[in-house]
Amino acid sequence: MTTVSRAPARGPAAFDAARLRADFPILSTTAHGKPLVYLDNAATSQKPRAVIDRLERYYTTENANVHRGVYDLSERATAEYEGAREKARAFLNAASTREIVFVRGTTEGINLVASSWGRSSLQPGDEVLVSAMEHHSDIVPWQLVCGERGAVVRVIPMNRRGELLLEEYERLLTDRTRIVAVAHVSNSLGTINPIADIVRLAHARGVPVLVDGAQAAPHLRIDVRALGADFYTVSGHKMFGPTGIGVLYGKAERLEAMPPYQGGGDMIKTVSFARTTYADLPAKFEAGTPHIAGAIGLGAAIDYLGALDWEAVAAHEQDLLAYATARLRELPGIQLVGTAAHKAGVVSFVMGGVHAHDVGTIVDQEGVAIRTGHHCTQPVMDFFGVPATARASFALYNTRADVDALVAALEKVRKVFS
Amino acid sequence: MGDLSDLYQQIIVEHNRSPRNFKKLPHPTNAADGSNPLCGDQIRVELQLDGDRIADIGFQGSGCAISQASASLLTGAVLGKSRAEAEKLFQDVHAMLTAAPDAPVDAAQLGKLAALAGVRRFPVRVKCASLSWHTLRAALQEGAEPVTTE
Repeated sequence: MTTVSRAPARGPAAFDAARLRADFPILSTTAHGKPLVYLDNAATSQKPRAVIDRLERYYTTENANVHRGVYDLSERATAEYEGAREKARAFLNAASTREIVFVRGTTEGINLVASSWGRSSLQPGDEVLVSAMEHHSDIVPWQLVCGERGAVVRVIPMNRRGELLLEEYERLLTDRTRIVAVAHVSNSLGTINPIADIVRLAHARGVPVLVDGAQAAPHLRIDVRALGADFYTVSGHKMFGPTGIGVLYGKAERLEAMPPYQGGGDMIKTVSFARTTYADLPAKFEAGTPHIAGAIGLGAAIDYLGALDWEAVAAHEQDLLAYATARLRELPGIQLVGTAAHKAGVVSFVMGGVHAHDVGTIVDQEGVAIRTGHHCTQPVMDFFGVPATARASFALYNTRADVDALVAALEKVRKVFS
Repeated sequence: MGDLSDLYQQIIVEHNRSPRNFKKLPHPTNAADGSNPLCGDQIRVELQLDGDRIADIGFQGSGCAISQASASLLTGAVLGKSRAEAEKLFQDVHAMLTAAPDAPVDAAQLGKLAALAGVRRFPVRVKCASLSWHTLRAALQEGAEPVTTE
């Protein structure tokens, strides 16, 4: 199949958050009459004009089903859809587009592996290792398949800073371990986990590793081959692309050995009532009409990210994180939750005597959008002994002024409860 | 758009800080648990019924200021009341919380509970205010399942 890959329209540009903000229309809107200060990027990111326009262009001029029609429009839609797959391959530095499966998002990526690989591989007594800081989406799918297969989920512990204990991890890797599933970046703590080390230790015992990359994709350059991950999965909407689309990378030999996840059109070679044969990778795992527009929109988001100077982005985000951490520490009664040495732009905190939801409601009145609650990581809340936290999470378009707005809003919280 | 001072009235902030009847009853005749798992609000309401009358009431739990203040106000409002009177209060509070933001509030009828009316302007927080009331109702109905208002 011919794939089309367009080079980014512009080359690497020096990083300028103010210029970048202009690319995101929603950042010019207001909430409760105040300029929107969007600090809930770990939940979902905002979309640049390039992505919004790309979706419109697809539906306006290119919409057709893919892999089916012999007519021009369908061929163009197919070329754009497969072009997006090539962009995703390059973004993750996978060896081949055969290893790139479009899914709804990270949750579906993990469910695909837990279901397809898990059901065909796990035996009674086998163990699946997850970490203490996993999102529910990297816990529950494993519990489901382990429950079905008589296998057991075991947990890699962490310390009070929110860092995984690698020595404990090494001890937990045994002859019974069948897979390790771990987040690259924690959504509630911000911890960047040492994936290459985790993979190296697992591979020394022949154990494959799945990486939940949902929170890493908007912050880090990802190289699945350098990391050595067997599976790596991301969500489009957290990396400035549309909702409902994501990518599961799997090493070709792993994916080839796995049975289909869902059955339907597009994932077959031949169907008869007696016997069905399945399509080659990656179509084997893409039953039914895919989210064509979403994939193409994700391709546009990848182009957008590809045009940025990532050293400058990383420096900017680390500056924001350090600034936010310092400003919050100045406030009386604030306890930071998640203080790992290596963190991405997530600051979780509790305010003495004030529940996170009250914090969230009050700062919202100031136009500041943060997440409050357990962030789909109830075991993390239990570990730190808090019912919920408030969480500010940054993206490349946030600025120190956004942090200042948050701090001013938190002063308001204190006033209400004084 | 809501006004913060509607939501966090002084009486709410004060009841959150010093909740009334925040206690475990030694021998409750009725009890129920309520939780809003997405929020993390948790509440347990215990009753000491003397015939038809609520002779004592205690609540325990954790959650946001709205959920805690609402529970505290509830205990003061239903203490000494009959089942039917408590049910009537439940209906009145429920009607107040789910009415249009500008609907009049019968302060004479509701007393301190009228302070909860500000929640109406914050739709996502209504479930916080109503949790303890649904839990009370479950406690009054023996054998009820744990409740949630999410």
